[in-house]
Amino acid sequence: MSLKIDNVSVIYPAADGRPPVAALSEINLQILEGEFVVALGASGCGKSTLLNLIAGFLSPTSGSLVLDGRTVSGPGADRAVVFQKHALLPWLNVIDNVAFGLEIQGIAKQARRKTANEFIQLLGLDGFQNSPIYKLSGGMQQRVGIARALTCDPKVLLMDEPLGALDALTREKAQELILKIWGETRKSVFFITHSVEEALFMGTKLIVMSPRPGRITHVFDLPFSRQFQSGAPARQVKASPEFIALREKVLNIIFADEEAVE
Amino acid sequence: MTDPVSSKGPGLLARLARARPTKPGEIYGVPGQGSTFWLSIGSVLVLLFIWWLVTALGLVKPLFVPSPQAVVKKFIQIWNEGFTNTPFLEHVLISTFRVFGAFLLACAIGLPLGLAMGMSPLMRGIFDPPIEFYRPIPPLAYLPLMIIWFGIGETSKVLLIFLSVFAPIVLGARSGVKSAAIEQIHAAYSFGATRWQVMRHVILPSAMPEILTAMRVGIGFGWTTLVAAEMVAATKGLGYMVLSASQFLQTPVVIMGIFVIAIIAFGFDLLMRFLERRLVPWKGRM
Repeated sequence: MSLKIDNVSVIYPAADGRPPVAALSEINLQILEGEFVVALGASGCGKSTLLNLIAGFLSPTSGSLVLDGRTVSGPGADRAVVFQKHALLPWLNVIDNVAFGLEIQGIAKQARRKTANEFIQLLGLDGFQNSPIYKLSGGMQQRVGIARALTCDPKVLLMDEPLGALDALTREKAQELILKIWGETRKSVFFITHSVEEALFMGTKLIVMSPRPGRITHVFDLPFSRQFQSGAPARQVKASPEFIALREKVLNIIFADEEAVE
Repeated sequence: MTDPVSSKGPGLLARLARARPTKPGEIYGVPGQGSTFWLSIGSVLVLLFIWWLVTALGLVKPLFVPSPQAVVKKFIQIWNEGFTNTPFLEHVLISTFRVFGAFLLACAIGLPLGLAMGMSPLMRGIFDPPIEFYRPIPPLAYLPLMIIWFGIGETSKVLLIFLSVFAPIVLGARSGVKSAAIEQIHAAYSFGATRWQVMRHVILPSAMPEILTAMRVGIGFGWTTLVAAEMVAATKGLGYMVLSASQFLQTPVVIMGIFVIAIIAFGFDLLMRFLERRLVPWKGRM
């Protein structure tokens, strides 16, 4: 699997007497099989626009997105999205939410419940199959969202600040869970976050984006998620001198961008 | 909060205006929090008592306000003997048939139309002007037209009620389309859903709370219009009963008819509330 984003720009047309806005300018990015790409940047830098492009909700003003030799021209089951919140269906219980993508694809009830159950086990939701989702905690709801995205066996998992609404402790646990699942399923991931620490810990590749126009300014290869996967405890990885040094470096870049905006 | 300067507590008004801390299990500051069941029972009993007291003391002539006993007596009499040679239950049934017939028809046409108007600018552009045009007009104003066009039979009666139920149901279904969060819709599309599947699996279920509310509002309008619909050339029905009784100054029958209409309408509303709890238990919780 490979996703190639080639020289992509997105320009929102002029409105209310304001000039056109370049949400994204000349983005080049490649996501390879099994890569975990994290996008980080000040607000307005176009991270979400980039995710919407890959998901197929938005078409680029110029440039092209090619997934496995085919141009992206709309949403499709080969790219699953995990949203920050509000994306589950409250009239369905946990198992039917997880099986929702399969239902859309016309899989029979028995078969889709069987597949859904596998991912319910994988995300530690066993025993909650028949719970209404509005009775679950935020962390569990987000796990349902991830399980739902995985059931259709997508090539790329697109995650739009999936952990942004969780409290700090739940968030760290969810980070580890996502890394564990990523290790087991070997999906490619495109992950948006506001947290520098989360970005460094989880990604194999970090892209730092800047606003006006939205563009990629820095790319870092990251070793930390692999250290975690080969057995190092999360706290130890996050406390290592290399981690802290890179964290400060990235923070400086982002603070500089935020100040430039103001 | 305590007052550090004065040793006296705050005045009565200040105490009334300030929220007290809640008991465990409640949320501080939720507007209108608390159960009203017993208060409502009390309120009904007090009103009945005042009614009884006013009539028992002879403060008002029975022609204007008959006593509760007189109304109950009239009810028993009409129950046994009928009203204008028609059994009481037939009056009830024919009115119920008119209102619910119009209601079901309005749901069958109004719900799909409202959903279509919510989904498609084409449908909205075509149907918005006529519906918005007739919606604020009182049914009594176009009752003569209904009679001229559709005669004095059942059609014009049901149609008049239908029109008053139709508009709120269309508007409810139409705005219900907007209830789905854009993330829910995007999630469905990202699994490769067609527009029809998004409609069926996301937009329709999330519109259900608003649709049920619109149905409750709609049937209310239906009962409101019943008396107008039975004004002309009706020989049966609760509205007819109330109107003809008023012409003969039979106030007990008027009041009794009003109670019967209110009780049927309230019973149906209870049923709708029950359905709401069963069908959309997630309402307001996501």
